[in-house]
Amino acid sequence: MNLQLVGVATVSPGDTAWVLMSAALVLLMTPALALFYGGMVRAKNVLNMIMMSFLCMGLITVIWVIYGYSLTFGTDVGGGVLGGLNYLGLEGTLDAVVGPEGSQIPMLAFSVFQLTFAIITASLLSGAVADRVKFGGWVFFIGLWATFVYFPIAHWAFFFDGGNGGWIADRLHALDFAGGTAVEINSGASALALALVVGKRMGWRRDPMRPHSLPLVLLGAGLLWFGWFGFNAGSALASGQLTATVFMNTQVATATAALSWILVEKIRDGKPTTLGVASGAVAGAVAITPACGFVTPMGALVVGAAGGAICSLAVGLKYRFGYDDSLDVVGVHGVGGLVGMISIGFLATVSVNSAGADGLFYGGGAGLLGRQLIASGATLAYALIVTAILAFIVEKTVGLRTSPEHEYAGLDISEHAESAYDFTGSSAGAFAGVGHGGFGHAGGPGSGTLATPPPTEGNS
Amino acid sequence: MKLVTAVIKPFKLDDVKNALEAYGINGLTVSEASGYGRQRGHTEVYRGAEYTVDLVPKVRVEVLVDDDDAESVVDVIIKSAQTGRIGDGKVWMIPVDSVARVRTGERGHDAL
Repeated sequence: MNLQLVGVATVSPGDTAWVLMSAALVLLMTPALALFYGGMVRAKNVLNMIMMSFLCMGLITVIWVIYGYSLTFGTDVGGGVLGGLNYLGLEGTLDAVVGPEGSQIPMLAFSVFQLTFAIITASLLSGAVADRVKFGGWVFFIGLWATFVYFPIAHWAFFFDGGNGGWIADRLHALDFAGGTAVEINSGASALALALVVGKRMGWRRDPMRPHSLPLVLLGAGLLWFGWFGFNAGSALASGQLTATVFMNTQVATATAALSWILVEKIRDGKPTTLGVASGAVAGAVAITPACGFVTPMGALVVGAAGGAICSLAVGLKYRFGYDDSLDVVGVHGVGGLVGMISIGFLATVSVNSAGADGLFYGGGAGLLGRQLIASGATLAYALIVTAILAFIVEKTVGLRTSPEHEYAGLDISEHAESAYDFTGSSAGAFAGVGHGGFGHAGGPGSGTLATPPPTEGNS
Repeated sequence: MKLVTAVIKPFKLDDVKNALEAYGINGLTVSEASGYGRQRGHTEVYRGAEYTVDLVPKVRVEVLVDDDDAESVVDVIIKSAQTGRIGDGKVWMIPVDSVARVRTGERGHDAL
């Protein structure tokens, strides 16, 4: 992502079209994530799970226009730590372009593309606190988190400005093509902090909390896979040779990780699962995210295989350490992001990207690996600490954790006054395939009567 | 009269229904149920975490019969619901004081 601000407005149509298309692809990843997560929770919480993601699509967009873009990509203030206020309200962006001479794109194309990254990163956190967070608290938390955690880290990792940009990207020169730090490690570390502050779900490790709809999970994973081409290949901010390499690498790593995750399951648990194949695909896409623009397709194969296998083992850590990261944001995004960032230190080669560097396996020495570790560690530490503080503040003021009564009844009813599935209107039909597991959720809709009768005809 | 209640494996419902029909039973009530006996439940694994699912899906079949038919009906159900594997279910009967047909008000044997 080489980004130089130039005042002359001659844009490359091909590059612009691809970046705008990519923005749409990445935006689709958020509803995809909502389905991926929604299927994994119990039926009484699926709407709340989806709602947390849709809230991010709304709220982050508003914040982005007002000051988010400026804090992230405004002229650097403070040595690569934060953007300035020169783009408040997207002021001055209408005629601006970004990118190197010959493949410039409108600044607003870049801005909307980056906005979709902010949205999905915020949405990712919802998986750590499934089933137990007040919606109002979530709204406040996400607003604060975007402001104090995401925008700064995205500035560090994504803002190039001829040596005056973000400290990770433009000064340290760690390599992160599409967001291994700002998106993946950041969301993983923030998720851990959030899960620790909010606490475990009632009955965690005692009651079965099985995914209520694996088809939803698989649909979500499939759409995430699709959208990830925009996420990674769009991050080339151009439509050319490197873009195609990134596209291929994304496919290779995602596919390989889907296989390596279920291979671990087959060996360890005896059966390959659909949740495993979906999780593996996501873990692979996560791991290749930072590396996709710096490694060869064979390198992507290694990154994918490692990402799928390591994440499939990492999701068990929560049981060992006793934190309820409900949908494994830490194990998949945090660990997968680390795998990707570290793999660059070994597998990066300038033959893929002249703006990159050579890793250990390509004779580049250990310097790159060191820079990758510094970037990863700093992101992890900052996200963990600041998110914990923000979550604590919201918990003590607006309130983040819901009441036991509401948690038991389910957040769909208690937070949104809705139910995802109403089977009371359908006839029972034949008993073929009676298949309920015996964990009917409390607080379902029942076959209640209307509290308010519908208005009579002609009485509007 | 007796109320014969059977809790059986869901996939055996058709066999039981057909066998009862062949025996001459004109009506029955079926409901979904869940529970466990010696079979206990089963385990499921999600992302490596093992869940024990105690309650297994079952179907409950209820038939009202004359005293004379009760033992034979129990036999018919046993025969048609049996797989010989653990978890086949239970059948029991209890005495019924009175039965009425809602449509006509008929009582006792005529209401069956």
